[in-house]
Amino acid sequence: MFGHLPFWPESASTNAGNVDALYIFLLLVSGIMTVLIFTVLTAFAVRFRRRKGQRAEQIEGSHHLEITWSIIPFCVMLVFYIWGAVIFFQERTPPRDATEVYTVAKQWMWKFEHEGGQREINELHVPAGRDVKMIMTSQDVIHSFFVPAFRIKQDVVPGRYTTLWFHATKPGTYHLFCSQYCGTEHSGMIGWVVVMEPSEYEAWMSGAGGNQPLAVTGQKLFSELGCVTCHRSDTQGRGPDLAGVFGKPVLLADGRTVTVDENYVRESILEPGAKVVQGFKPVMPTFQGQVSDEQLNALVDYVKSLAAPPSGRPANTNGAAAPQP
Amino acid sequence: MERLLLNLKVEKVRVMRMATAVVSDSGERETYLNAGYGIKSWLLTVDHKRIALLYLMSITFFFFIGGFFALLIRLELLTPSGDLVQSDTYNKLFTMHGQVMVFFFLIPAVPAVLGNFLIPLMIGAKDLAFPRINLLSWYLYIVGGILMVYTILNGGVDTGWTFYTPLSTEFLKTNVVSAVVGIFFAGFSSIFTGLNFIVTIHRMRAPGMTWNRLPLFVWAHYATSIIQVLGTPVLAISLVLVGLERLLHLGIFNPSLGGDPLLFQHLFWFYSHPAVYIMILPGMGIISEIVCCFSRKRIFGYTAMTLALLGIAVIGFLVWAHHMFVAGISVYAALIFSLLSYFVAVPSAIKVFNWTATMYKGSITYQTPMLYAFGFIGLFTIGGLTGLFLASLGVDVHVHDTYFIIAHFHYIMVGGMVMAYLGGMHFWWPKISGRMYPEGWGKLAALIVFIGFNLTFFPQFILGYMGMPRRYHSYPPEFQILNVLSTAGATILAVGYLLPMVYFMWSMRYGKPAPANPWNAAGLEWETHSPPPTFNFDEQPVVTWEAYNYDDMGEVPEREESPVAH
Repeated sequence: MFGHLPFWPESASTNAGNVDALYIFLLLVSGIMTVLIFTVLTAFAVRFRRRKGQRAEQIEGSHHLEITWSIIPFCVMLVFYIWGAVIFFQERTPPRDATEVYTVAKQWMWKFEHEGGQREINELHVPAGRDVKMIMTSQDVIHSFFVPAFRIKQDVVPGRYTTLWFHATKPGTYHLFCSQYCGTEHSGMIGWVVVMEPSEYEAWMSGAGGNQPLAVTGQKLFSELGCVTCHRSDTQGRGPDLAGVFGKPVLLADGRTVTVDENYVRESILEPGAKVVQGFKPVMPTFQGQVSDEQLNALVDYVKSLAAPPSGRPANTNGAAAPQP
Repeated sequence: MERLLLNLKVEKVRVMRMATAVVSDSGERETYLNAGYGIKSWLLTVDHKRIALLYLMSITFFFFIGGFFALLIRLELLTPSGDLVQSDTYNKLFTMHGQVMVFFFLIPAVPAVLGNFLIPLMIGAKDLAFPRINLLSWYLYIVGGILMVYTILNGGVDTGWTFYTPLSTEFLKTNVVSAVVGIFFAGFSSIFTGLNFIVTIHRMRAPGMTWNRLPLFVWAHYATSIIQVLGTPVLAISLVLVGLERLLHLGIFNPSLGGDPLLFQHLFWFYSHPAVYIMILPGMGIISEIVCCFSRKRIFGYTAMTLALLGIAVIGFLVWAHHMFVAGISVYAALIFSLLSYFVAVPSAIKVFNWTATMYKGSITYQTPMLYAFGFIGLFTIGGLTGLFLASLGVDVHVHDTYFIIAHFHYIMVGGMVMAYLGGMHFWWPKISGRMYPEGWGKLAALIVFIGFNLTFFPQFILGYMGMPRRYHSYPPEFQILNVLSTAGATILAVGYLLPMVYFMWSMRYGKPAPANPWNAAGLEWETHSPPPTFNFDEQPVVTWEAYNYDDMGEVPEREESPVAH
């Protein structure tokens, strides 16, 4: 909208327009406030400068005035708050059927893996006009995924997943910055987000040489690592059946309920004793140090693929799953 | 009628006291400065005024070290490619610039120098409640300072001033531990100063100096001290934990050892956000004194101003996670901390409006301290309003960790706090040194600082919204024009900061001797000699008037142009 102005960042996502609108509103209101205060200061400084034979008039104060210039600004600030909160809430609520990209950040590069198994480094190809969700983790220190043209940012934290999503609107090539200081080459941890027309994107994806879809890689790992011996689709396994659990709440042994999301699956692989599902014993060994972040992503994507009932296996929730609220 | 009589009586008492000052000024009066000349008389002094001067020299030293790092940063950023220094060096420069400026200049500057010097004078006391602890504070600061200098000379540290984990605990090879221990010591210096002020303000006030007659400068330091005493221990323990994880590999913050990296951020900002108010509240105290004096007015809304100071100190403890909106905290936590951040804006707004209202129907003159006060109010307004941008979640996600943040907090810290500090130094310099500074040079320097500051930091707001991340050694070329402007501003700013140092030192030898009350200002500190005797007052002052009783004071005296002593 304001992209043609000098010193204004390009806007290439649905979110960018929302943030720009709020920013302009903030600029206007605070601009008016600044001009007002500066004008009054200047006016007082000139009007009440010292003059011969004129003394200052002592004024105690005025609670009415003080209350006025507390309440009115506060009401305006509430508008800033609510408007900002609404945008933030949208930014943090990924749509259900978004295209997912797994991201592993490390000193000092970005590694991406698409659901189709295509891998990229420091360059991310995404389609215009579609929702894209980034599922991100770091191999070492905290990084931050920042695309100014989309007006979005999310720290990428080791030991857990953080997510963000965007809906790119305009094909083009945009800066991807690491915005959280991460050591020597922090300022070199720059990549590009390439937004393509959907048809070009499909062509690019098929030519990008993904060996096999991420979920298939995950499925292979699932049997290689022996997960499949306990997490069986019948009710005889020592671990809960994983079909259909993703995205659903489960009841834990200690009475709490958690929703099965990327972070829960990840935690259950690395730290199986942390949140044991009710009806099962904490017998699972940890896989900490045995699976890489990329392999974790594949496993997570595999578990996720089990959630969709039409994809083969029926969503069989046994006694482990919590009753629906 | 009764009030008039009382005023007359006060006037009489005051005239008598001034008279004794003038008489003894002509002789070889003993002051805190000539009470002893040996190095021991300074290093073992328990006089709050001498300790204030020890602090003044130490923080000035660190201010110029930190400033030197800043200039190197700005020089590097003149061009997009990283060509002046290497990446590791650049990372050390911004880290040490931040650590030195925050922990060794901004936090101690006003409390330990002006607060130390003035609080006993303002409340009519002979000294602080614990003079020896006061000296201990300075020594702790010096131990911390020596460790910081060791850190710098031994190759520096590159954690960023924020020490984010696990980068600081696991991945960097630099002098993290010595920096952490140095800041730990500086923190305890700050705790002891705060403790000393709280007890002093409670227990040492002169007869008649009731709580609602305290100058706002004292109230501001009271509020600051509460934060120092309650907040700093949290910083201390988080830094100890960083040291422990680094040395012993305890899993506290590092996820690969089972720790939680966000825990560190919570602990760090639980102190470091209130620390912003440690830096700015004393500055607000200074500005209140200056605006009243040079408007010849009592403060507009004394009660609201004190409540605002305390309100900022208390609410300031509840907003720390607004530094972490994109760090991975829950959406609901972010929503609450965003709202709380707006609550802290209300008392800040009251202060700006009330200072402005104080000038209404005043009799305003424009000596150097008043110029700094104007600068403070203007720049603090911009800094505060851009804070509203950052508290707004939708905008914060975009501008977090960009130059927008850098510009915002420099408007508060440098535009606000350093302006106030310089204003205060000019205002009380006659009292501290017994000499007048050259007014013309003072005004010129204030103007240069104002212009240089805005040229340095205003372009950074625009850079930030364009998306230039902070802590970048090299940057894409589209950001260059604004960076060049910023660097140009920084060189002007440097001149503006060097000038006062030069003419303050000059004035100590050549400046005109200052009378007891060169501004005709209200406040007990102006009722004793310039410079004050070791025990501050010839006789115990008794207070029968409210703060800022400028109705009794007349005008700011006119002075002839020549600043030189004859």
